[in-house]
Amino acid sequence: MNWTSLRGPKLEVPAMPGPMAARAHLAPAQDRGRLAIQDLSIAYGEGAGRRTVVERFSLDVAPGEFVCVLGPSGCGKSTVLNVVAGFVPPSRGRVMVDGEPITAPGADRGMVFQQATLFPWKSVLDNVAFGPLMTTGSSSTAEQTARTFLSLVGLAAFEKNYPMELSGGMQQRVGIARALANYPRVLLMDEPFGALDAQTRAMMQEALLNIWAEFRTTVLFITHDIEEAIFLGDRVVVMGASPGRIVADIPVDIPRPRSPEDHFSDAFVRIKRECFELIRAETMKAFEQQSGMAARAAG
Amino acid sequence: MSAADVVEPSAPLSRRARKWRLGRERALTGLTVAGLFLAWLLSTHYGLVNPLFLPSPAAVWTAFVRTATEGYQGSLLHEHLLASLGRVLTGYVLACAIGIPLGIVMGLSRDVKAVFDPVIEFYRPLPPLALYTLIVMWLGIGDTSKVALLFLAALPPLTISSMQAAAGVDPRFVKAARSLGAGKAQLFRHVFLPACLPGICTGMRISLGFTYTVLVAAEIVAATAGLGWMIWDASKFLISDVVIMGLFVLALTGVALDFAIRRCERALTPWRFR
Repeated sequence: MNWTSLRGPKLEVPAMPGPMAARAHLAPAQDRGRLAIQDLSIAYGEGAGRRTVVERFSLDVAPGEFVCVLGPSGCGKSTVLNVVAGFVPPSRGRVMVDGEPITAPGADRGMVFQQATLFPWKSVLDNVAFGPLMTTGSSSTAEQTARTFLSLVGLAAFEKNYPMELSGGMQQRVGIARALANYPRVLLMDEPFGALDAQTRAMMQEALLNIWAEFRTTVLFITHDIEEAIFLGDRVVVMGASPGRIVADIPVDIPRPRSPEDHFSDAFVRIKRECFELIRAETMKAFEQQSGMAARAAG
Repeated sequence: MSAADVVEPSAPLSRRARKWRLGRERALTGLTVAGLFLAWLLSTHYGLVNPLFLPSPAAVWTAFVRTATEGYQGSLLHEHLLASLGRVLTGYVLACAIGIPLGIVMGLSRDVKAVFDPVIEFYRPLPPLALYTLIVMWLGIGDTSKVALLFLAALPPLTISSMQAAAGVDPRFVKAARSLGAGKAQLFRHVFLPACLPGICTGMRISLGFTYTVLVAAEIVAATAGLGWMIWDASKFLISDVVIMGLFVLALTGVALDFAIRRCERALTPWRFR
């Protein structure tokens, strides 16, 4: 499948600014989908109980780039993603997609969650058609777009099924198709394969790379799995915990298309060792802080 | 969900084993019904019980035919049935129209819940008959008071289940929908309402069953037609064949109503029955 066939039917563009207008000049991601996170800090609570979750997080993602954010649990990586998605307001700094500051959730940023949050009451097709239906208001256009993306993820034959009838991996593929069907500038993935078993996860990683090869959107992928981050990403951004911040930004110089064999290449092993040491150091630090806090609380 | 749906085999059964299991369950059910009927038939046939209290199946059947063709106290059987169904359904539909939206709003707003919850929780445990005495004093002995009692009986299960369904909508669905570009109205229609529907349907089923059980209580005062009234009236004159016939008709109608509402449930929430 080539790019033009992916664009699906020509969409009506109502007189509305923002993401809708962008849809008209949908092009292979050269000038579209630049994500800029500048000096982002996120804190919760007030006064003495105020806790900084993420501190001075800056990241630039080029259009069409696949960036993995790797970090130990509780480092605030999901929170960063939620700010980009528009669900959490930043305490400081700003986040922009193609120069437009983010203020609220929107169809220009597709989101894939850890559990496939497919709507159980909608068929697979209607789930994927949901985004286009919301933004275009036309169900026939939405269904056509949905069919395109269902075949992209290889599930065209299951359009009439309900999500519950699909396996976990298939559900997550539908989840990806649903997020892509809005032609998002940025695809946000929050540990999308975290709930899958190891074999399915490996299959899904390959599937995602194939989908991304065809539909080159900017991807921000959150994970705590080192190998997953290296296998998928152009860059691996390693985060440290308490407060969450970037400790390293490692380019992954493994050529594409990648295959599972790449897991054993020298470059892969080198980056894996580097990430492993960083993550281990950060996890140790977090443990010490926690036990220190526990000791203080006990004493 | 019926009892049969709840029973889950401890180990996954093969298709054949499951079929056999189902067949055995059906056979047991059939045997129970046949056994009870046989016991009834034999005990009346050999005069083991006083026919004044337990008439024979044949006598009950005769009562059925007589009531269906000649009527009881001026009304044919189907007129009694329709009178009862009319009252039940009027009260029930009114309760649905008010109780479901009210429950949803109660689930969404703690303030609204704080207003209505104590009222509903106060009268809910009252026996319907006790409540009925007051309603008759207020609304008289006509049909209004009967429908009002049925309405009040139908309301609590509806509001409570709708309230819980609305409060229990998985926020992840809302999040997903918002990230896909859904606005407030779309969110309500495409996410919130269907997410609540299974809970609401359960409430509707419980409510209809409960409303139906209140029927006899609603009809014992000053009715001239209705199944409940027919049974009550016949019992005063020890016309036990009409009483038992009436109970059978009540039971079968109740089963039919439950079947109908299950069908509605299937049509409204088809994704749960795949």
